[in-house]
Amino acid sequence: MKFIEVKDLKIEFTKIDESGREVPGKVALDGISLDIEKGSFVAIVGMNGSGKSTLAKCFNGLLAPSSGRVIVDGFDTAEEAHIWDVRSRVGMVFQNPDNQIVSSIVEDDVAFGPENLGVEPKEIRRRVDEALKRVGMYELKDKGAHMLSGGQKQRIAIAGAIAMRPECIVFDEPTAMLDPKGRASVMSIIRDLNAESITCVLITHFMSEAEQADRVIVLKKGKVLCDRTPEELFSDREMIEKAGLEMPPAIEIRDKAGLPERLTTAEDIADYVANH
Amino acid sequence: MIRDITLGQYYPGDSWVHRLDARTKIIATLLYLIELFVVNNFYGFLITAVALFAVIAISKVPLKFIFRGLTAVFLIIAFTFVLNLFMVDGRVLWHWKFLTITYEGLLRAFFMAVRLVLIIIGSSIMTLTTKPVELTDGLEKLLSPFSKIGLPSHEIALMMTIALRFIPTLMEETDKIIKAQQARGADFESGNLFQRAKSLIPILVPLFVSSFRIAQDLALAMEARCYHGGPGRTRMNEIRFERADAVAAVLMVLFLGVIIASRFI
Repeated sequence: MKFIEVKDLKIEFTKIDESGREVPGKVALDGISLDIEKGSFVAIVGMNGSGKSTLAKCFNGLLAPSSGRVIVDGFDTAEEAHIWDVRSRVGMVFQNPDNQIVSSIVEDDVAFGPENLGVEPKEIRRRVDEALKRVGMYELKDKGAHMLSGGQKQRIAIAGAIAMRPECIVFDEPTAMLDPKGRASVMSIIRDLNAESITCVLITHFMSEAEQADRVIVLKKGKVLCDRTPEELFSDREMIEKAGLEMPPAIEIRDKAGLPERLTTAEDIADYVANH
Repeated sequence: MIRDITLGQYYPGDSWVHRLDARTKIIATLLYLIELFVVNNFYGFLITAVALFAVIAISKVPLKFIFRGLTAVFLIIAFTFVLNLFMVDGRVLWHWKFLTITYEGLLRAFFMAVRLVLIIIGSSIMTLTTKPVELTDGLEKLLSPFSKIGLPSHEIALMMTIALRFIPTLMEETDKIIKAQQARGADFESGNLFQRAKSLIPILVPLFVSSFRIAQDLALAMEARCYHGGPGRTRMNEIRFERADAVAAVLMVLFLGVIIASRFI
């Protein structure tokens, strides 16, 4: 079942010229069409400036299409009347852990989303506790947000999204500013959420993360370059080079060590090495 | 250091004082501050101090925490003390060139210093026992009657929440900018006052720019979390006026009576 439908989406930024008139600026997305299935785990990759973050902001109506349509669970994101229906269904986690936390105290920040939705106080309390337990931060619920590490802050941001009970969460490079430990913890939470049938869209520039998705969409200059499973994508060296990306480290090691090409995931390769 | 002043000020606990409605605490603190100006003799201060330390004992906040707040304003207290000491006319106790200490001056200096210390301790009790969010929520509720005449009470409270939240973030940002500028050879330590003030410009400009960037990010994150202003919003911790608050209110009124009576001792 389709959860998000993107039809011929075009995003064109306008700029103001010297005489104060609006003139067409950069075209960030140029005719994107894709569907995101309910419960799937989709990674979106591409070079800097390929439009991946812009696309992420279209999924919950933070950006309205210049032309084309984005339909989320039957609601058009361009319609003002349904914008809160869209945003309560599609949660979002941003790149900078510091700049998305609103309240000083951990649990108050997680409560911010449900409070905005007008949920009953007792129900908010239940959701906040549950969300904090899911990201493993329940013990720190009374702490000041500024005392936490980057990875912990990002887990709070994820808890803030979970507490709104969305059906889909869009992660816009959530690990870009984290250390390896923080990255690993955020990725494991994303996999757990997806296992609990929450649709996950992960924007990333780490191929080792894209590799964990069901499906990888590669963007280049605002267009979809290819859309396939990670196994298919990472066995096509030509495509990876064309997109300006890199192979995941596990695949690089496989090829350098001359291991068989049928091994496509990090786990397979690790198992193979362990058994030989 | 500023980290300690802002957030370290909340001392987590579950005492009777912690559990009071934030509105009760705001009003009690305001009333207490007014009472300090009603007091006109040392007996009044003695009564106030006893009451204050009783509240501190109930709140279970360590005295160490409370006195830490005092050290930050020690200079102001010392300044007022010295100023009062030498500026008041009356019976001369000590005289040296142009400096004169009078009996009245000495009394007045002590009086003002005690008043300042009590003001600072009293108001720090409020921030130490109330979470920032509860404090701003309480303020929003207290100001809400004025929203009918156009006072944006919800927006004021949210602004305070965000300001409190971002002080540590901006401190870190400032630190980063200072280090970056020093790495480029900036000198913040030498020269006269004017030159030093001028050398702050390379810190302030990037800080200003980056605070706009933070604001933009935060606004986007808030929108993504369905923020659409005050109407229709609920609260996780509803602040409720309970029996303890009624007891506190009665005590407040009684105390006001005692303080007014103390003027006539």
